[in-house]
Amino acid sequence: MPRQIARHEVQALLEQGAQVVDVLPVDEYETLHLPGAVSIPLKELTEKSVGGLRRDRPVIVYCFDFL
Amino acid sequence: MSPRAAWRLEALGFEQVYDYVAGETDWAAAGLPVEGTVTKVPTIGNLVHADVPTCRRDEPLADVVERTSKGGWNTCVVTNEHGIVLGRLFRKELESGATGTAESVMRAGPSTYRPNVDVLQMTTHMTERKLETALLTTSDGRLLGLVRRAEIAAAAAEIGGHDHHDH
Repeated sequence: MPRQIARHEVQALLEQGAQVVDVLPVDEYETLHLPGAVSIPLKELTEKSVGGLRRDRPVIVYCFDFL
Repeated sequence: MSPRAAWRLEALGFEQVYDYVAGETDWAAAGLPVEGTVTKVPTIGNLVHADVPTCRRDEPLADVVERTSKGGWNTCVVTNEHGIVLGRLFRKELESGATGTAESVMRAGPSTYRPNVDVLQMTTHMTERKLETALLTTSDGRLLGLVRRAEIAAAAAEIGGHDHHDH
């Protein structure tokens, strides 16, 4: 089950080489994203689009806002 | 959106999925680096004077005044040992000649701003509120420094008319 994490945990995971996925639309990704994040919009999260990610390594997704 | 994405990734076979719900807004407000075109719009964090003097709340005001004026400043930020902003001394308080501690005359709980606010928004805000200077902190309340309206307005004027994307 996915676990909700806070900023300091994100930083710790990044130091351990976690993968970061930005699931926002591409134009929003281009405007702003976390360092090193890859863009895979939610609608395109498929077997194929995640092919470049390691399933056995931590992966972080994040929101733009709380709306 | 990210909770659904997190569940989707798990369904796709990912074993360690984490959801940073507070997300970009929280990240940028903490002054941490971001990537993207937004970084081309100057933020007030770029114009911060990190050398603004600070003092502890129990410090004698006379000592604070001496140290502050030596550095050519007319304001001092009262912080605790973690760098958290507790109050601020303006010229009026510094020149009051009051005896006692910084805390006895400080203005508690001053308004503070996050470093990721862009210079256009901040110029408008400071003009409306007639602020000459403002304090920047992280979202945790830790002091980053002081910004001046004149400098922010100058940076805003340079990019005047820029089509601002509100992120």
